[in-house]
Amino acid sequence: MRAHALAAALVAAAIVALAAFPFVGGKFALDLVTKIMITAIFALSLELIVGRAGLVSFGHAAFFGIAAYVAALLTPQSGPASFWLLLPACVLAAGAYALAVGALSLRTRGVYFIMVTLAFAQMAYYVFHDTKLGGGSDGIYLNFRPALAIGGLTLLDLDNARNFYWFVLGALAVVFGFLALLARSRFGHALAGIKANEQRMRAAGFRTYDYKLAAFVISAMLAGVAGLLYALKDGFVNPEIMSWHQSGAVLLMIILGGIGHLRGAVLGAFAFALLQELFQSQAIFGSFAKHWQLSLGLTIVFFVALLPQGLIGIGQVRTRLRSRATLGAGA
Amino acid sequence: MSTPGRPKGESLSAQREGSPVSAQREGSPVSAQREGSPVSAQRENGPSTAVRDAHVPGAVLLAAESVSRRFGGLVAVDQVSLQLVRGAVHAVIGTNGAGKSTLINVLSGELAPTGGRVTLLGADATRWSQPRRAQAGLGRSYQRTTIFPTFTVRENCRLAAQARLQRPWAIGSAAKSCTTSTAAADAALERAGLTAEAARIAGALSHGAKRQLEIAMCLATAPQVLLLDEPLAGMGAEETDRMLLLLARLKDGHAILLVEHDMDAVFRIADRITVMVNGKVIASDAPAAIRASAEVQTAYLGEAAAATDGH
Repeated sequence: MRAHALAAALVAAAIVALAAFPFVGGKFALDLVTKIMITAIFALSLELIVGRAGLVSFGHAAFFGIAAYVAALLTPQSGPASFWLLLPACVLAAGAYALAVGALSLRTRGVYFIMVTLAFAQMAYYVFHDTKLGGGSDGIYLNFRPALAIGGLTLLDLDNARNFYWFVLGALAVVFGFLALLARSRFGHALAGIKANEQRMRAAGFRTYDYKLAAFVISAMLAGVAGLLYALKDGFVNPEIMSWHQSGAVLLMIILGGIGHLRGAVLGAFAFALLQELFQSQAIFGSFAKHWQLSLGLTIVFFVALLPQGLIGIGQVRTRLRSRATLGAGA
Repeated sequence: MSTPGRPKGESLSAQREGSPVSAQREGSPVSAQREGSPVSAQRENGPSTAVRDAHVPGAVLLAAESVSRRFGGLVAVDQVSLQLVRGAVHAVIGTNGAGKSTLINVLSGELAPTGGRVTLLGADATRWSQPRRAQAGLGRSYQRTTIFPTFTVRENCRLAAQARLQRPWAIGSAAKSCTTSTAAADAALERAGLTAEAARIAGALSHGAKRQLEIAMCLATAPQVLLLDEPLAGMGAEETDRMLLLLARLKDGHAILLVEHDMDAVFRIADRITVMVNGKVIASDAPAAIRASAEVQTAYLGEAAAATDGH
């Protein structure tokens, strides 16, 4: 119970700190944290199926990318689209593709599931890469951020960088809250049961396939939210955002942060992006900065080896070391 | 030789004390609906009369008619027919590879039969999926303990009970605050004698307690038919006695299929015994008749029976 209260306090403190950040951070930092928070929403969406339901998807970037493309394609050249059109369109497009992918891939298990989701994501990648639909490999521009208005009354001017930052933070908080609710609901417990022992769940009377498919589609829709925000942030979308590198990176983020915890996904997204910034910095690493992937990869291997439960497990490692020390002293 | 059928009068008193699970179930609105077996009643061509009869002791709750299961050239289950009736333990015995586990898998819906017909509570369940059969009132245990090892004992049962009241869309309410499923879980734990272990992590239980937990998880789903695949495997004498006592109590209100290698236990608890050899039923009769049958003696019981008689 105390652990729960502590976790809730930490989450609240993190939200307050993030909300206050635009008052102290510069333009570059604001942009970076906005990007990281969008990635964190993406990581949270993957955490639902990997961490909760135990379904390792290696094609999650497809849903992120499809939503980003839908946002770019639905925004007219001459002016902004309504946010109330873009949000459902992006989320439903991602969800519809996930319904098809999930319906087929969830008939397989383990490494086959990984390969099938990867194949479907690559298929989506090549559709956008090789056709004129979204400008081919050059990508497509989105010139106007949508208007967030009700009945002509503008709620929030998203063109303002600070406003957009708070808007993304709000989305992150809502997605986090939604997933936290889901985790404690009957649905979340059923997913945890499927991860722990699917055979027993079926024997008890759960149609596990339906549960997994629902989780897969919800997860893709949340990835769609992240994809939409990504398209709005930079105003540019190209096929690389749905390549397998992105699917792999987001998977690494939740592993780095700690699979099975929502906080782990957010922590992992921040750690991954900040480490990437660090190793890409020429000021610190000089010419070696161009080999940032090597240093980032080695660092992640190091962290995962040291903290098998991810960054979220740091506290436990300390307790473990302390208890070992006390045991040693007692003996 | 002990008297076949009853472990020293304990089962009689146990039957009288009634079942907390079914008592609780019948009282609540959910279970009232479930008593009519919602899944089968809604979906299939109405097993109404059969289901009403199903409450009478001795009613046939599950029937297999000439059920077969082929794996390529191998006929694992060959034209097996049997009936499970409420209030009785029907044991299926046979050597390893006789097709007993395959039979349970076909009856529970994990494997589709390649021939024959399975009737559950009066409805043709041959093409039903495992979850649907479970919803209709069929519970099973596995030869290899199948529980949620990382959850607490209570959550194991609560989650199983949740199968009765799934409401996946109710995202606003916490699973653990569902009083129906927690009450069913607690009742099932009490019945299985695991109340004291409720807060422990299931994976840390002793082997015998894990087997008990698996049965408690079945009970939490309020089944009418129980298919138990070697519930006594790997148990010590004391654990075996405890499990047999539990099974004797469960007879009341359930139809039980018991696959078991422990012949001593089978003859203590079974009301009827079916003997399988190479996928076929070679005999199906009361325990005394099975023990006396020359055919069974030569085919299977031979040494086991001789050894038991020697005691």
